[in-house]
Amino acid sequence: MSDVKCTSNVFHPNSAMDFLPVGQLRQLQLARYQAIVRRAYEKVELFRKRMEERSLKPEDIKSLDDVAKLPFTIKTDLRDTYPFDLFASEMSDIVRLHASSGTTGKPIVVAYTQQDVDVWASVMVRTFAACGLGKGDIIQNSYGYGLFTGGLGAHYGAEALGATVIPTSGGNTERQIMVLKDFNVTAICCTPSYFLHIIERAGEMGIDFKALPLKAGIFGAEPWTENMRVRIEEEGGIKAYDIYGLSEIIGPGVASACCAQEGLHIFEDHFYPEIIDPQTGDPQPDGTEGELVFTTLSKWAMPMIRYRTRDITRLMTEQCPCGRTVRRIARIGRRSDDMFIIRGVNVFPSQIEEALLAVEGTLPHYQIVLTRAKGLDNMEVQVEVTADLFSDKIGAMEGLQQKLGKSVEHIIGIRAKVSLVEPHTIARSEGKAKRLIDKREM
Amino acid sequence: MKLNQLSVFLENKPGRLSEPCKVLADAGVNILTISLADTEQFGILRLIVPDWQKAKNALEKAQCVVNVTEVVAVEVEDKPGGLQNVLQVMEQAQLNIEYMYAFTFRRENKAIIVFRFEDPDTAVKLLQQKALKILSSEEVCQRVEG
Repeated sequence: MSDVKCTSNVFHPNSAMDFLPVGQLRQLQLARYQAIVRRAYEKVELFRKRMEERSLKPEDIKSLDDVAKLPFTIKTDLRDTYPFDLFASEMSDIVRLHASSGTTGKPIVVAYTQQDVDVWASVMVRTFAACGLGKGDIIQNSYGYGLFTGGLGAHYGAEALGATVIPTSGGNTERQIMVLKDFNVTAICCTPSYFLHIIERAGEMGIDFKALPLKAGIFGAEPWTENMRVRIEEEGGIKAYDIYGLSEIIGPGVASACCAQEGLHIFEDHFYPEIIDPQTGDPQPDGTEGELVFTTLSKWAMPMIRYRTRDITRLMTEQCPCGRTVRRIARIGRRSDDMFIIRGVNVFPSQIEEALLAVEGTLPHYQIVLTRAKGLDNMEVQVEVTADLFSDKIGAMEGLQQKLGKSVEHIIGIRAKVSLVEPHTIARSEGKAKRLIDKREM
Repeated sequence: MKLNQLSVFLENKPGRLSEPCKVLADAGVNILTISLADTEQFGILRLIVPDWQKAKNALEKAQCVVNVTEVVAVEVEDKPGGLQNVLQVMEQAQLNIEYMYAFTFRRENKAIIVFRFEDPDTAVKLLQQKALKILSSEEVCQRVEG
């Protein structure tokens, strides 16, 4: 990464907080932390009860080290308080509600005051600016509009930036490609797997993607790998920026890659990060990998105290070439709840991806299928055959199958059956990629 | 003097073979000859057609994975020992055959065998030096259509 040049840094007034001296930033964080803990304690029953169980009062938070005393908040807390019991504001002060897609049971509901919505737009402005975008850019927003925070979050940020926004929302890939081409779009917001789908479809439609004015992709809402970024940049002829966010905290705009493309800057003045050991809950020093935890420092309608994201990463404290002083998180390739256990071994789908990519020419359209026969767990990795991988010789194809199998075994230490499948047989995601099918009956 | 052979990747499941055949039928492509190599899990369908580009386009449009490989069509005497004579020539020339299959017709006691070599250009040169008849794409079509 020595050839990184950060001359494309677009400075927007909102980005000033990204460059605050660290000492001042910590003072600001402490003052805001104390205020938000007080608000949560006074307005939200769940937080008050949990603090009382630990004999804690808001005034016990005297330094940022004291926050480790506070109880965690987890996703099921949001389900258990459905729909409104975590709100700290009166409904009359709340201007927006969003909810998770919730594939099983009740969704989780999140709320915003006008001030929260303004903060959200401002952190999205900082996201876009860090990705080199500004007034004059034409941004196609292919995140889903609706209850999902991705669509409206990116939309308001792009408008506040002064860019031109095209609210295509998700789906209808042919129309996405038509807009991309005909409206001279310079940046697109969507999930990385959906963008790969767009490139693939455009190729089938005979469109030379690299000839388009598109220069940047703002990709988030699912874990992806560095290899996938390289592939997207090569095939799409664009810069692929990683962004991070979650509805429980605010939506997109919690952290963003910058021109250096090494890690994602957390907008720390609004979202206080910690890394903990996911098993013990103990805080980990900077640079150690663990589960990412956030406290919202300014969210008024629905404060979140030490929310466990389930995302696995580490905090990077080294000075970034872009000059931002806010800390970075390393790219999130895996989630602690994506992990599956097979024959006693913990496996992340990203490790399978790494194994497949290690074999020359293999592209990441794959699916992991877990089955159980006679008490024994079996893992099958289905890989779609592409023109690059395909040979007319049986021996070459069997060799490929073996190489993929060995690569998986080498990385995770378990033998997997690799199956070569026809193209387009693995379901393409318009939103998030489904990599794991667990058919085991526990 | 080489033929362009199309290969199609198929999963080893009921109905998979008929899919590309239907695509070619709908595109009005006549299959001159066909061979299927298979393993337990997948198969490779190999085809010789009059207009390979048209067939390839149709198959790709139907989302098949298609490869184009150069193969060599050699005329063989349709009598006992006819194939053996040709194979002997190849053995002497130290040409390694990756795979082979036959056309299903014969004319004037001549059969045509398709050979896949690692280096088809060298193979064509060596075989022609040994006075074996190598057929062009046009000649193959003519003979099939009689």
